[in-house]
Amino acid sequence: MAEVNLRKVIKRYDEVEAVRGIDLDIADHEFVVLVGPSGCGKSTTLRMIAGLEDISGGDILIGGDVVNDVPPKDRDIAMVFQNYALYPHMTVAENMSFGLRLKRYPKAEIKSRIDEAARMLDIVELVDRKPKQLSGGQRQRVAMGRAIVRNPKVFLFDEPLSNLDAKLRVQMRIEIKKVHQKVRTTTVYVTHDQVEAMTLADRVVVMNHGRIEQIGTPTELYHHPATRFVASFIGSPAMNFIPCQLEDAAGKPQVRISDKIAFPLPAARAARYQKIPRTDKLLLGIRPEHITEASAHSEPGVESFDAVLDVTEPMGMETLIYFTLQGAQVCGRVNPNAGAQDGAPLRLAVDLNNMHLLNEVTGAVL
Amino acid sequence: MTTLTIDKAGPTRKTKYGSMSRDRAWALRWSYFFLVIFAVFFLTPPIYMLITSLKTSAEISAATNPWWVFHPTLENYIGLLTSNQFLRFFWNSAIVSIFVVSITMLISVPAAFALSRMRFWGSTVLGTGVFLTYLIPETLLFIPLFKMFAVIGDVTGIQLINRWYVLLIIYPTLTVPFCTWIMIGYFASIPKELDEAALIDGASWFQTLTRIFIPVALPGLIAATIFAFTVSWAQFLYPLVFTTSTDQLVMPVGIITTLIKGDVFNWGQIMTGALLGAAPPLIIYAFLMDYYIAGLTAGATKG
Amino acid sequence: MADVALQSSRTAGTQTARKQSSLRSVLNRKSTIAFLMALPLIVLIATLVIYPAFYAIHLATLNKSMARFIGLGNFEFLFKRETFWLVVKQSCIFAITAVIFKAVIGFIVAHFVHNIPAKGQRKWRGMLLVPWVIPPAMSTLAWLWLFDPSYSAFNYTLSFFGIGPIPWTGDPYWARFSVILVNIWVGAPFFMIMYLAALKSVPDQLYEAAAIDGANWWQRIWYVTLPMMRNIIAITTLFSLIVTFANFDIVRILTAGGPLDHTHIFATWAFRVGIEGSDIPLGASVSLFMVPILAVAAIFILRDISKRGNEA
Repeated sequence: MAEVNLRKVIKRYDEVEAVRGIDLDIADHEFVVLVGPSGCGKSTTLRMIAGLEDISGGDILIGGDVVNDVPPKDRDIAMVFQNYALYPHMTVAENMSFGLRLKRYPKAEIKSRIDEAARMLDIVELVDRKPKQLSGGQRQRVAMGRAIVRNPKVFLFDEPLSNLDAKLRVQMRIEIKKVHQKVRTTTVYVTHDQVEAMTLADRVVVMNHGRIEQIGTPTELYHHPATRFVASFIGSPAMNFIPCQLEDAAGKPQVRISDKIAFPLPAARAARYQKIPRTDKLLLGIRPEHITEASAHSEPGVESFDAVLDVTEPMGMETLIYFTLQGAQVCGRVNPNAGAQDGAPLRLAVDLNNMHLLNEVTGAVL
Repeated sequence: MTTLTIDKAGPTRKTKYGSMSRDRAWALRWSYFFLVIFAVFFLTPPIYMLITSLKTSAEISAATNPWWVFHPTLENYIGLLTSNQFLRFFWNSAIVSIFVVSITMLISVPAAFALSRMRFWGSTVLGTGVFLTYLIPETLLFIPLFKMFAVIGDVTGIQLINRWYVLLIIYPTLTVPFCTWIMIGYFASIPKELDEAALIDGASWFQTLTRIFIPVALPGLIAATIFAFTVSWAQFLYPLVFTTSTDQLVMPVGIITTLIKGDVFNWGQIMTGALLGAAPPLIIYAFLMDYYIAGLTAGATKG
Repeated sequence: MADVALQSSRTAGTQTARKQSSLRSVLNRKSTIAFLMALPLIVLIATLVIYPAFYAIHLATLNKSMARFIGLGNFEFLFKRETFWLVVKQSCIFAITAVIFKAVIGFIVAHFVHNIPAKGQRKWRGMLLVPWVIPPAMSTLAWLWLFDPSYSAFNYTLSFFGIGPIPWTGDPYWARFSVILVNIWVGAPFFMIMYLAALKSVPDQLYEAAAIDGANWWQRIWYVTLPMMRNIIAITTLFSLIVTFANFDIVRILTAGGPLDHTHIFATWAFRVGIEGSDIPLGASVSLFMVPILAVAAIFILRDISKRGNEA
């Protein structure tokens, strides 16, 4: 177990910079998830940590040592690939013990490590089978077993759950979390699925176009996104962005959506948004979970308004509603028995205590 | 929550870090080193053919440095290219090869289509049978075939020995199985949805073959054609057995039997003849190398 | 019994009527069309491969003038001839040695071509495949000239290192070496191209996993490359064994079987005996002797392939 540091890491392919200067410090035992859309550079960064790609600029340190030129086999890392990369001609046991056999570990030691890892991953009966006889989920467990058995300084996961079906993904997510609780190895995990990021990570690194947009705990990213990209990437369904402007009415600041709709700002926000020019074009960022059906009693910061619903999606435990405000499609989550119907009006409530204001031009969260 | 107790009881290695860039540099150096050595090994004979072909007989017998031409001349080339006999050989080879290629494709393509797309009684047996015919080499068949054709010649009066057109019947046994195999591979890689779309669009089986399969599998067709041509052109045993009169000979046999008269070897001319004989496949190879290679590997990697 | 017979004839009558109308539908059925499309292939193989093969067996049982049936007499005669056993021995040594070297050289060259950057690969691959493109008969002529007793270019070069002139085709043992060398020269590029294609089909991720697991370059070859290539190696080896075993061109042109029959293999000796010696049945017997040996090799290798099946 060891810490991983990335200092101004750059990756260049011919003229194009896929990774443009990443600074990241991962503490010992930490589970860090690199998340972002395809092409954002997260896999490239992971592969540079693994030594599978050359580093064009900057330094990568594992356990305090600079490993830029060190071949993967000397970095003391283990990797779980998206396509499992199991050796098809070896049994599960041989797959898992390959690294140890290469380093000439004593047979007894190899056996005890395999047994322990197999028990942890619940693959004990599969130990003598070949990969082609296993299902996708089983193969992924074997790939993890191969990594665990080596007891490396760092675990690297490259989108390991992308090839599994939805149900299996949920199951494996829990398995991975359990393994990390037991083994506590520093882990760098790459995924494009923000749900995996939120559920597995100690800290999440959101990447876009080769740069880091924000680093933080899942809660921090959810409640305090720094940019529009992060705000829209984290959380599903995604945050709503409604064009608006700040104005003052009778000395009190409010946010105006349209001619008919304006919400007074909650007290806490009023102070924060005091300095913003009232002429700036802004976006009101509000998550669907904070737009619900209006309730009988009022609470501070919660404002009601009327909307005509375009489409409703009954999900069973809630109903997603879609309507239009100022040209923007807005999503909300209401109780299934709130009476939401396609095309019908509904009285909604928005919880402005959880609002965000963004500058439409810069995308920064204010 | 128990922490996993995998202690580092394994042998601890002295942490000697390798260097990726250094390893890669050395790997490249070794690669090029060996590649040059093998290139020299593989290319020496053809280059030597070229060198010798530019020498006069005098220079050859003078036994000066064999690896260099001191007085280059084109007399060997002119001599052969103006020799009716040599041109006859070339013509025979060309005719035979072109016909054989056509015959081969006419047999292979429909057969491959049938075997890869349609189920019929015995199709699997035939598939393995095609593969197994390669286990029966030509050197086993040349004697019975010789006898068979002699017998047919006696019985029907159709002269089958010592005629170049006999080769048109025999060569396909060498080319058809492998070409069929190549085409099966290419046809099999065309998704079934294309067939179904064609069926819905109203095409008959024949139209599906000619309008969809053949255009889509064109690289395979080209590869098979090149293979059939190369094999036909290079044949030595069958023409040696079945053709004996000078005007019936194809290139390989012609060069060897006529240019080597008794104990006198005119090496300048022989090498020129050999080079000219090797030219057509080489030229095709130079321009269509990728199809050539695709034809070879299609059999193995898809089979 | 009589009424049973009457009934069956009545049903037979209606059956023939039904059959005639269904004849047309049979012709239009997919399987019939398919069969017709494959028919030329079937006819070709049946008449020009399978029939001659059996005819060869028949021929081998006749006497020299092909008038009498003498059973295994030809084989008895062959078994007593020392030349025959020489041919058997030489064919086997020739085939096995050549194939081993071709496979090894092919693998090594493929490995190095695979290692260099992609842009250069095409160029090198093109150069290295040349021996296979040139008709073997033509290139053997070049080797014949290179081995010439008086003017050998090799001997000329070797003389600078003080190595005496080598009788490439004159001495029995050197002649064997030369024949095998030319065969390797012609055949190695085929192995190279096959192995190169196979090398490219091994998923990169397996190498990456092995690199992370701690394997160095030869461990990667041994544990990842070779196992993944087992099927290709088996198939190419089988093909090459057959082709090399049955080789004719190279030996015929280079040594014509000499000196003293020390380079004769089945094909060239069968030609000498059968065509040049006008003893067709004896020639057929010689060629036939290849079959059991080839069959054994084929069975071993094919069994190995099907046993492991597809492991991907």
